[in-house]
Amino acid sequence: MSETTSNFLYIATIVAFILALRFLSSPRRARLGNQIGAVGMAIAVAVTLAREGLSITWWMIGALVVGAAVGVVGARRVQMTAMPQMVALFNGVGGGAAALIALSEFDRLAPLPGRVSGSQTAGILISALIGSISFSGSLVAFGKLQELVSGQPVVYPGQRVGNALVLAAALALAVAAVSTEEIWLLAGLIVIALLFGILLVLPIGGADMPVVISFLNAGTGVAAAATGFALHVPVLIVSGMLVGASGTLLTLMMSRAMNRSLGNVLFGAFGLVPEGAAADATADGRSARATTPDDVAVMLAYARRVVFVPGYGLAVAQAQHDLARLGEMLEERGVDVKYGIHPVAGRMPGHMNVLLAEANVPYDELYEMERVNPELPQTDVAVVVGANDVVNPSARNQPGSPIYGMPIIDVDRTSSVVVIKRSLSPGFAGIDNPLFYEPNTVMLFADAKQALENLMAAVKSV
Amino acid sequence: MSAQLVTELTILVLAIFLGFEVISKVPAMLHTPLMSGTNAIHGIVIVGAILVAGTADNTLTRVAGFFAVLLATANAVGGFVVTDRMLEMFKKRPSRSSGDAGGAGPEGTV
Repeated sequence: MSETTSNFLYIATIVAFILALRFLSSPRRARLGNQIGAVGMAIAVAVTLAREGLSITWWMIGALVVGAAVGVVGARRVQMTAMPQMVALFNGVGGGAAALIALSEFDRLAPLPGRVSGSQTAGILISALIGSISFSGSLVAFGKLQELVSGQPVVYPGQRVGNALVLAAALALAVAAVSTEEIWLLAGLIVIALLFGILLVLPIGGADMPVVISFLNAGTGVAAAATGFALHVPVLIVSGMLVGASGTLLTLMMSRAMNRSLGNVLFGAFGLVPEGAAADATADGRSARATTPDDVAVMLAYARRVVFVPGYGLAVAQAQHDLARLGEMLEERGVDVKYGIHPVAGRMPGHMNVLLAEANVPYDELYEMERVNPELPQTDVAVVVGANDVVNPSARNQPGSPIYGMPIIDVDRTSSVVVIKRSLSPGFAGIDNPLFYEPNTVMLFADAKQALENLMAAVKSV
Repeated sequence: MSAQLVTELTILVLAIFLGFEVISKVPAMLHTPLMSGTNAIHGIVIVGAILVAGTADNTLTRVAGFFAVLLATANAVGGFVVTDRMLEMFKKRPSRSSGDAGGAGPEGTV
């Protein structure tokens, strides 16, 4: 197949990807959109393999097979709660692929002075730089979500300057590589860019990882578009930039949902009050009051309005069905039950909606944060199930806190708060939660599933 | 500036605007599946990987090409499968009224 013919057939792939993006924006056809995208990708692969002038070796077949196997196994075996880190991982390897493509293409073109156009060179440098940053940055993001790396922002003196220097070194290597056409300088660029990727993501708190992953995702899209310039392949340019542009917009939308600017998310940790000071200020001399399922059952059964605020703990305990059943039981007793969903509750936007939907909670009982907050002052009991940072009043009251400025669910404005939590350990942001020490808050220390089962039994006998 | 470059820049600009347009109205609930879906789409680098691997003529490019194909394939395949798993849960939900035939649970298998 000639280059022209394959470019013609790639149009089908482009159409498929555009449809995929459109359909992915609405719940009705989202799944179909993804399937269409997959077909478009398959077409692109088949067309490429049929290109004239390529030697399809057993090694290449092996790479395709192993890559596909890794993709399928990794994607299918991971738990729903670990979805975001898998997205990070797959994004990272995509970036790595772009950097390796740049390296190979540079090697092929570099010894031919005058034959390499400026745009090809630019494409090579950009995909090497951004692809590498995305690769290592995504691995760090994976580590933070998987809790292999500290979820706390890793901050040290001189960090900003250090990072800027590393980036400057990368750019210097880029210039050097182009002028001398030495492949080892490009390899050096890749290594420095890998380092920069690590340094970029390390100071960002674990709770912000979804935004970071979206950002790196957009970056990999740009890297893919850059490889399109290096190789003169239009489908790479278009598809890559579709992801780059949509990914950038999505990243801005996600950080706005947390009421923070992207700059604040990426660079906000610098110059923070050290964790210790903020934590001590709240735990000083106060203790959290523990309660029992029976006491809570009485509170709930005789309340008029109850709001449940689910969080990651609910997902981990897979207790969404128990929560839904408890809600039903209370409704049978005439209690008004609502579920307050924070946009970043769980580990990714929409996580809680998906879980509660799986448990057949009707849509009209799920209240987004902006809708539920005005209801809370008239609510009798707020039950926080495995959520922590999204109900932490420090976001409102403590300017030094890492989560300051993030909009929260104002459970501290209800008459009574019950927090179901295994222990007083910090949530994802790694900070203490003054809510636990408030006078009208009680703690039910238990695993979410256990606690909800006990509560249901207790409510039955009230 | 060559004619080819002008064409490439043209489609680049169009793709940027198109990318903004098609996802300008995505609900917060779908942010994560959309992120996952676009992640799968940038697995298109597999095309570039196959091209460089298929024209490799020395050890460096053969090794780089091999890993490029492997990584890109994992990105593309894994990306679409993960996205599908996320979207599997966004089925139309029956109302919770008991006795409603649809209320027995998610349609089909989980």
